[in-house]
Amino acid sequence: MNLLVLLAIVLLIIAGHQLLRVIELSRGLKKTKEWQVTDSDNDMMGKAMLMFMFVFFAFFFWQVNRWNDRALPPAASEHGAKIDALFDANVYLITFVFLVTNFFLFWFAYKYRGNSQNKAVYYPHNNKIEMLWTVVPAVALTFIIIFGLKYWNEITAESNDANKVVIELYAKQFDWTARFAGKDGKLGETDFRQISSTNSVGMDTSDVVGFDDILVKNEIHIPVGREIELHMRSRDVIHSAYLPHFRAQMNCVPGMVTFFRFKPTKTTAEMRKDPYVVQLMAGINKQRATENKEPVEFDYTLLCNKICGASHYNMQMNVVVDTEADYNAWMQKQKAVKTVASK
Amino acid sequence: MSSPTSSTLEKEHLSHHAHVHDHDDHEESFVSKYIFSMDHKVISRQFLITAVVMAVVAMTMSIIFRLQLAWPGEKFAFINAVLGDKWGKDGILDPNMYLALVTIHGTIMVFFVLTGGLSGTFSNLLIPYQIGARDMASGFLNMLSYWFFFLSSVIMLASCFIQDGPASAGWTIYPPLSALPEAIPGSKLGMTLWLVSMAIFIVSSLLGSLNYIITIINMRTKGMKMTRMPLTIWAFLVTAILGVLSFPVLFSCALLLIFDRSFHTSFYLSDIYIGGRPLDNVGGSPILFEHLFWFLGHPEVYIVLLPALGMASEIIATNSRKPIFGYRAMIGSILAIGFLSFIVWGHHMYMTGMNPFLGSVFVFTTLLIAIPSAVKAFNFITTMWKGNIQYTPAMMFAIGLVASFISGGVTGIILADSTLDINVHDTYFVVAHFHIVMGLSAIFGMFAGVYHWFPKLFLRMMNKKLGYIHFWLTTLTAYGVFFPMHFLGLAGVPRRYYTNSNFPMFDNLVDINEIVTICAIVGALAQGVFLFNFFYSIFRGEKSPQNPWKANSLEWTTPMAHLHGNWPNELPEVHRWAYDYSKPGYEKDYVPQTVPLADGEEDGGEH
Repeated sequence: MNLLVLLAIVLLIIAGHQLLRVIELSRGLKKTKEWQVTDSDNDMMGKAMLMFMFVFFAFFFWQVNRWNDRALPPAASEHGAKIDALFDANVYLITFVFLVTNFFLFWFAYKYRGNSQNKAVYYPHNNKIEMLWTVVPAVALTFIIIFGLKYWNEITAESNDANKVVIELYAKQFDWTARFAGKDGKLGETDFRQISSTNSVGMDTSDVVGFDDILVKNEIHIPVGREIELHMRSRDVIHSAYLPHFRAQMNCVPGMVTFFRFKPTKTTAEMRKDPYVVQLMAGINKQRATENKEPVEFDYTLLCNKICGASHYNMQMNVVVDTEADYNAWMQKQKAVKTVASK
Repeated sequence: MSSPTSSTLEKEHLSHHAHVHDHDDHEESFVSKYIFSMDHKVISRQFLITAVVMAVVAMTMSIIFRLQLAWPGEKFAFINAVLGDKWGKDGILDPNMYLALVTIHGTIMVFFVLTGGLSGTFSNLLIPYQIGARDMASGFLNMLSYWFFFLSSVIMLASCFIQDGPASAGWTIYPPLSALPEAIPGSKLGMTLWLVSMAIFIVSSLLGSLNYIITIINMRTKGMKMTRMPLTIWAFLVTAILGVLSFPVLFSCALLLIFDRSFHTSFYLSDIYIGGRPLDNVGGSPILFEHLFWFLGHPEVYIVLLPALGMASEIIATNSRKPIFGYRAMIGSILAIGFLSFIVWGHHMYMTGMNPFLGSVFVFTTLLIAIPSAVKAFNFITTMWKGNIQYTPAMMFAIGLVASFISGGVTGIILADSTLDINVHDTYFVVAHFHIVMGLSAIFGMFAGVYHWFPKLFLRMMNKKLGYIHFWLTTLTAYGVFFPMHFLGLAGVPRRYYTNSNFPMFDNLVDINEIVTICAIVGALAQGVFLFNFFYSIFRGEKSPQNPWKANSLEWTTPMAHLHGNWPNELPEVHRWAYDYSKPGYEKDYVPQTVPLADGEEDGGEH
């Protein structure tokens, strides 16, 4: 078998070599060299450029049409709705620029394809037109910058909401732990040297403020309509807490605490009834059925979004957004650190 | 500093040519001619061929991890054949090896192909040729530049064959992941070799860049004013300046990481508990690393892009048979991009915990860079307007470059906006953006350069039809690979995930990943057409005439031969800019730079 394959390869090489010889010999007989661009080359490639433009645009719209409804659902947080609106405005703008400039590029590529009868127009510069296309992008960018920074300042401003829920997201290879601030609304101090099998997030056991803190793994519940202030820490390497449905993300950096705050606007139950989410989940479950997997329901998810090691792809936590009453009921069942530690 | 060198070189040659006319004027051994050569033309070819080899390696790596991403858990004999039982047991890619491949793919493509390969090849080839110099200011440093590059390439490749595997913390090697061997196997010996290789690479890059700058400033031939230089040279000059200013910062960044890794310092480390014990390191910050890294990292994007844009300017003007539109504006935008590239690095760090106010400043500076970029794109398009476009394969790739520069550039406006970056940061949206705007544009520029200057590199012509086939297959599949990634990003898929199948929310994206991988495989095979054409033409391509593309710049004024000292007699004198194509009053549609201005004729570069 191997011998046959080898033989076939050798024959192929010989055949290829002979073919090349023939081509090389015939070169000398031709008037125009192979590498010279002829009028018919220009005509064909010019037309091909225009055709490519249509294919390119068709591919673009095909993708938008086919995959647009697989994008994340509309934001489930207050600031997220603003991000979505700004994102849409930007996408329309850049799509317009993308289509128009590519159109001119490929239209000129077609229109001015070369011909030995033609001569190009000597046109080295035009200060007015250059000024125009410097100023127009500058003005457009001014608006983009102004809106972007306005929202950015709002999103990153410090919270003065007395009713906020303070939660620490603690990352390590390769899972998340959440620490709720408890009744006093304050998180206890931490010290990485005190990390042990009974003190997984390294709480400072001498700090009384931390006694009522509540540790939760795998799934956390948060109340709808209240501000959530996330404090992020990491035990080992950089991780990133990514909550795509809330348009929230912040790196977890060892040696420091980072922050992000947001206000959820829809409970998990409400999201599950949202028409967009319903069709999204139908698509997901259709695919799962072909792989013989159980159907799933929509859930908010926390992912790790900064390369952190071998199981980076599997570092997750469920997030459930409850009504205030459900949240309080869930919270009743959680145990404070002090009780956990004394067990 | 270099003018004595150039004038001695000049004298030496003049005296030589007084005696010898028909013979190659130096008796050189094989070693000094082809291996440790100080001739810019040989060094340029050495860079190019090394880069081609590195590119094939990096591309093969991408095919392996794309197979895993499209069909996770599927068994591929190919993966087992390439990686063996340790990393590809039963044909399934190991998760640590996946990260290693992603890391080395990025490192090789960014540094070894698009920095070393692109600048090394074309700065070396074109700077002496296009400014009318006998060679680089220092042939010796130039030779060292290549051999440091070669050494660093060998070390980088060798790191793939060690027991724990190569570096695998991503090409950005953020500590603590890259600093702690307990965190990932790739941060053992593999990371050390990565750092050593990059340190040597930086030496190579600095030697090369200093040489380019000195040569351009001091060794231009008579009449070659700065405003008469082809835009390629302007681009190489600014690129070299960016390299000289930013690579030392990467060096210091890497050095501090070496200290943290090997000598127990704490520049980047603090409050870490790993491997069942707390580490002693206190007071450092990974954010410091990120600042240092991206202070190189962002100029690096333009170190990769500017040479490609410069070469595209030259190729588009030549083949449109028109002057480049807005020559001065093009120079201005190269300078503006060069300057701005130093004050935008923070846009990589909006989500790192950096002070949000600092983020605002970077939003402002980053979006400013869109203005000179837009000017460049519009000027390219206007250069083609009312042209007489000659479709050489080089011209096709140059047009492809403009298209990808626009198509990838516009999504940068979203990523530069810190508010919008929150949700697409580190997702496939970013992967799509930089692969199109930086990867595709730069590699298209490199292909365009190879097709256009192949005659100057190897004295022969590449096959045109194979060039066309290569262009169309590459373009079609490249967009098939990178365009769909935007939609993965909009669905929230993070980059560097070994598989998306652990999150049900990504289950409906399977077909997108399959399209991407299939296009990647076809695109990779299509490069076989290029490789064949390239190597075949080196040896058996048709002989090139002196000026096959009817171009104006100086490299085409010397006979098609590898002359030591580039011009057989005196150096050419320059009388005009490089872009007098289809100028009224001339019968031919090109006027080489060596043709004196007629009475009352204006030089195009003067306004």
